[in-house]
Amino acid sequence: MNLEFTPEEVAFREEVRAFIEENHPKHLEGMGNREDMSPEDMTAWHKILGKKGWSAPAWPVEYGGTGWTATQRYIWSEENARVGTFMPLPFGVSMVGPVIYTFGNDEQKQRHLPGILSGDVWWCQGYSEPGAGSDLASLKTTAVRDGDHYVINGQKTWTTLAQHADWGFFLCRTDPDAAKPQEGISFILIDMKTPGVEVKPIKLIDGGYEVNETWLTDVRVPVENLVGQENMGWTYAKFLLAHERSGIAGVARSKRGVEKLREIAGSETLDGKPLMSDFDFARKVSQLEIDLAALEITELRTLAGEQAGKGPGPESSILKIKGTEIQQRLTELTLEAVGSYGTPMYGSIADASSNQYPIGPDYAQHSAATYFNMRKTSIYGGSNEIQRNIITKMILGL
Amino acid sequence: MDFNFTEEQDMVRDGLSRLVREQYGSETRREVIASEAGWRPEIWAQLAELGILGMPFSEEDGGFGGGSIDAMVVMEEFGKGLVVEPFVPTVVCAGGFLKHAGTAAQKEEHIGGIVDGSRVFAFAYAEPKGRYDYADLETTAKKDGDAYVLNGHKAVVIGAPWASHLIVTARTSGDRRDSEGVSVFVVDKSADGVVTRDYATVDGRRASEVYFENAQVPADALIGEEGGALPLIERVTDEAIAAQCAEACGAMKVANEITLEYSKQRKQFGVPIGKFQVLQHRMVDMYTEYESSVSMTYLATLRLDAEERERKLAVSAAKVRVGQAAHHVGQESIQIHGGNGMTDEYAIGHYFKRLTIFDNEFGNIDHHMKRHVALSS
Repeated sequence: MNLEFTPEEVAFREEVRAFIEENHPKHLEGMGNREDMSPEDMTAWHKILGKKGWSAPAWPVEYGGTGWTATQRYIWSEENARVGTFMPLPFGVSMVGPVIYTFGNDEQKQRHLPGILSGDVWWCQGYSEPGAGSDLASLKTTAVRDGDHYVINGQKTWTTLAQHADWGFFLCRTDPDAAKPQEGISFILIDMKTPGVEVKPIKLIDGGYEVNETWLTDVRVPVENLVGQENMGWTYAKFLLAHERSGIAGVARSKRGVEKLREIAGSETLDGKPLMSDFDFARKVSQLEIDLAALEITELRTLAGEQAGKGPGPESSILKIKGTEIQQRLTELTLEAVGSYGTPMYGSIADASSNQYPIGPDYAQHSAATYFNMRKTSIYGGSNEIQRNIITKMILGL
Repeated sequence: MDFNFTEEQDMVRDGLSRLVREQYGSETRREVIASEAGWRPEIWAQLAELGILGMPFSEEDGGFGGGSIDAMVVMEEFGKGLVVEPFVPTVVCAGGFLKHAGTAAQKEEHIGGIVDGSRVFAFAYAEPKGRYDYADLETTAKKDGDAYVLNGHKAVVIGAPWASHLIVTARTSGDRRDSEGVSVFVVDKSADGVVTRDYATVDGRRASEVYFENAQVPADALIGEEGGALPLIERVTDEAIAAQCAEACGAMKVANEITLEYSKQRKQFGVPIGKFQVLQHRMVDMYTEYESSVSMTYLATLRLDAEERERKLAVSAAKVRVGQAAHHVGQESIQIHGGNGMTDEYAIGHYFKRLTIFDNEFGNIDHHMKRHVALSS
């Protein structure tokens, strides 16, 4: 038992650090949480990594993965967090990609995996509906077979960044008479340019337009876009959620966030002294750092288990719960640290009600918006209450 | 990076697990802690026989070449059975002082007895007014020719009623809270001028108030540098904290298991109470608290040999996190047991009591939070 890196791992860290330094666009450093990035900015690093062959480290090598060990992947995320890169969005690389290479046919793999790896094709996720949130299996969007096509009707919601998406993966009901709601669902890929697909942005509490309503009206989709078997979509959706959870802890990002918080609280003053030297505040930062250390080791233990052949199991629900609680606490403390300059509204240039010029220190500008935005983390990806239900069933056996 | 245990460590765990299961049931334990002796020397002898007491010492010193990870494995199993025998005071604390700072003659004199079980130690560091500051000492040791003369009062010395020897901290120079001037001595408990008042503790152990009244110890009773022992004390107590964190993990694991099992058996409103989501989610949080404690115990244990600041940060972080978890799991266990949790008969109350007291040994949550904050700035 030890926590040290081997000489090979140290060499690997040097290699990826050098690669990031040479290749990551300087103007995007630290842009990870910014709301005002262009679609090009959001895919820039993904495309560079795609050329290098590093955009999907966790994939099996035969499909374009890097073959890195769990420890190497940990080092990779640490090094990216150090610089503050904007990592590939999860919808292609972490979500639909693994479903396609695990359950899709050869044609689907050849058609879709290259675009996911290169970052040229933008994916979005069509799961939630206005009436199907935590009770996802109650979804009502239907796909009715008509010759060589499915005709799809329904409404999806919270489709993240669908306004930029080229393709989407959707859960649709193909058997309305199935004995259980979970048994009549299929996993279908939809070209977002298909007639009848309509995307309407939803303004969120942070002022941004990160998610959308997606309306599907008589959308005709070729049957070859069905992944796996008809009516088996729920199985693939659960597989996907387990994959999504294992990366959701965000430990490396949060560690960088705590460092930045310490910097901010070092420049803010209280009674003429740095806020960071105030014990009441410092104690909160230490508590956050301690909780984060526990999460980090828990994640490393989980990764070690995965490396030993135990796939991402229900333990990943712990990572989701603790990881998101910490991300939320971090943004809450950051907002607290900036004091009154958390109050002015900053936003995208397009929004007339937001301020067009910077007020207060640079680090304060997105602190409130980021805090508001991060409330989503305990809701998405299976709410933290649903994660507790999963642990109840799978680990406690109740 | 490696989270695997060695084959030997797995064997030790299996052996101890069997010993605890077969000889340390909650009925037996309840009788033993109420008996006059309060512990079982025959268990101590078995631990010596199994090589447990010699494990963390080098082969050169007469041990079996293990270290802190071995102590962690041992203490986790002890925690599961709420074992009261004084492994931490004797092997981790006294053993730690001897290993890190003992002269060849001191090691020769004491380690053999620890390994074969004949010599039991207690660690007398706390004082009535010192709280958790190891340098806040009113006990003094004055050089007098070839001897030191000890005077003072040591508080709540765990395991002292069973001990043949004490490790004692005392001030050899300086003012009450100075970091310089702190020294460590090994004292034969039967020496003249050593007076003890023995009592039971709420978590099933025994302790003593120890008074030194002009107790004379020879010059070679000094362990380490005269007046410069504070860093040594901090190192050894950090090791003790890591070991007791492992103990708390073991106790939390069993407390969670007992509570979960109870929730499956106990019926109210016609169904097992474990069917209620309001209790399910609370038991999930108890499970999560346990897992986070295991992680922090690993971190603290694996950082014990790191440089000083890194070691202290990890140990304080662990003591805070595990302390919080211990309170949480203990309190929730009792609540979910309802009235039965309040009875002495049910095992859960005994876990709750040990998990409560864990926090105030070697510095509580607030103390270690302060240390963490100070080291972070």
